Amino acid sequence: MTKVMSATHQRAVPSTDLVVLDKVNKHYGPLHVLKDIDLAVRRGEVVVLIGPSGSGKSTLCRAINRLETIDSGSISVDGTALPTEGRQLARLRAEVGMVFQGFNLFAHKTVLDNVTLAPVKVLKQNRRAAEQRAHELLDRVGIGSQAHKYPAQLSGGQQQRVAIARALAMDPKVILFDEPTSALDPEMVNEVLDVMTALARDGMTMVVVTHEMGFARRAADRVVFMADGQIVEENTPHEFFDNPRSERAQAFLAKILTH
Amino acid sequence: MDALFTERATILAAFWMTLRLTAVSALGSLVLGTVLSGMRVSPLPVLRTASQVYVTVARNTPLTLVLLFTSLGVGANLGVEFSAQISVNNYWLAVLGLTAYTSAFVCEALRAGINTVPVGQAEAARAVGLGFGQTLGFVVLPQAFRAVIPPLGSILIALTKNTTVALVAGVAEASVRMREMIEIYGDQVIQIFLGFAAGFLVLCLPTGLLFGWLSRRLAVAR
Ligand SMILES: Nc1ncnc2c1ncn2[C@@H]1O[C@H](COP(=O)(O)OP(=O)(O)O)[C@@H](O)[C@H]1O
Ligand SMILES: [Mg+2]
Repeated sequence: MTKVMSATHQRAVPSTDLVVLDKVNKHYGPLHVLKDIDLAVRRGEVVVLIGPSGSGKSTLCRAINRLETIDSGSISVDGTALPTEGRQLARLRAEVGMVFQGFNLFAHKTVLDNVTLAPVKVLKQNRRAAEQRAHELLDRVGIGSQAHKYPAQLSGGQQQRVAIARALAMDPKVILFDEPTSALDPEMVNEVLDVMTALARDGMTMVVVTHEMGFARRAADRVVFMADGQIVEENTPHEFFDNPRSERAQAFLAKILTH
Repeated sequence: MDALFTERATILAAFWMTLRLTAVSALGSLVLGTVLSGMRVSPLPVLRTASQVYVTVARNTPLTLVLLFTSLGVGANLGVEFSAQISVNNYWLAVLGLTAYTSAFVCEALRAGINTVPVGQAEAARAVGLGFGQTLGFVVLPQAFRAVIPPLGSILIALTKNTTVALVAGVAEASVRMREMIEIYGDQVIQIFLGFAAGFLVLCLPTGLLFGWLSRRLAVAR
């Protein structure tokens, strides 16, 4: 008991910054895709990354859980610098959820098995408990009745909601979304955005690459605008969309607003 | 037909040996081939190179040489002994040779299967915290296997027929019995040939059908 108490007292006050990128640079051959990126995401914050295609948004997102390596600078999650390889890296990835544009559900596993795989194999949860939790999460994202289907039997919107449940099953500290609605038919976009908005309301820390302005206005605390591998402008959603300051952002918004 | 009928017990015993050689070597090749294909995609360059060298050597060496190597080189020269009984020892040396040879082909088939699995599958697995071995074992290989069931069936059929080469290692499988019978029943050569060919057909045909059915049943929908 005393041990627990003292441990509690000694624990450093958790920094409010959960994800910190410091002077991050990355090249693909001669192409400089991330240029001196400094970004701090606070605990509970929802950051929307926006910018023209090819500006480095996906690369930035993927660098945060080291699906892409970086050339220089540093990235830390909850105070721990990203490990380079092996077991520590896997442990860090277990704490960082990721939702992909193409869903990437495990094609040979049922919806339920997709959600329980990592909790059972990585967190060593008991299967019964993991399945119970999975059913709760699937209910929460509105696909409780599809638990025994295979991904190919679901619509895109349903698959993406399973992918969100799969990420949530690991109790991640932060979830990265890389254009989660870009591959969806228009009528399915909202069912996914609604789930994401609810997550944001519940205090989940989120980094979301998206061009969905409605979602950004509703759910984001901050919009970060990227162009050519640089962060050009950051602001609250309302300020950013109503009064973009940089020319790049003005030009970009003019394009996506009039399409 | 007399000879085939009179000798049916020894013929069945010989085919039983063929079947045992096939089944045990198939199991061994599946395990070793899977390990080799895992090494081939591992992040460690030394494992990748080792697997590649092994597969290249095994695939390009005639099976007769491989079996002579295991029986004379490994068995007689290095003195590896699986059993004091010579026929049992020869059997295991033949299994060793057949496995060493066939696993290279299994590895190549699986590698082709791994290439059919979209990168996103492995990325999603890594993103939820699975390590390299878990990503391979729970996500990539199960899908790779399902994609290459037909070629694995072909490899198994080839292995069944390749067991006839085990005669160089001194194993009395079907083809050995066939030679002996041809010497004794010189007037019935054609019948004996046809009989043994039919025996192999009986072994191989169901394999092809089974694998075709499995491949349809286990296909991964994307
Ligand atoms: N694996 C890769 N190899 C080479 N170039 C790449 C690779 N991935 C992305 N790129 C390039 O890096 C730039 C940034 O890409 P990305 O981060 O995907 O941009 P965004 O997500 O903003 O559209 C683009 O010019 C793209 O062509
Ligand atoms: Mg992108």
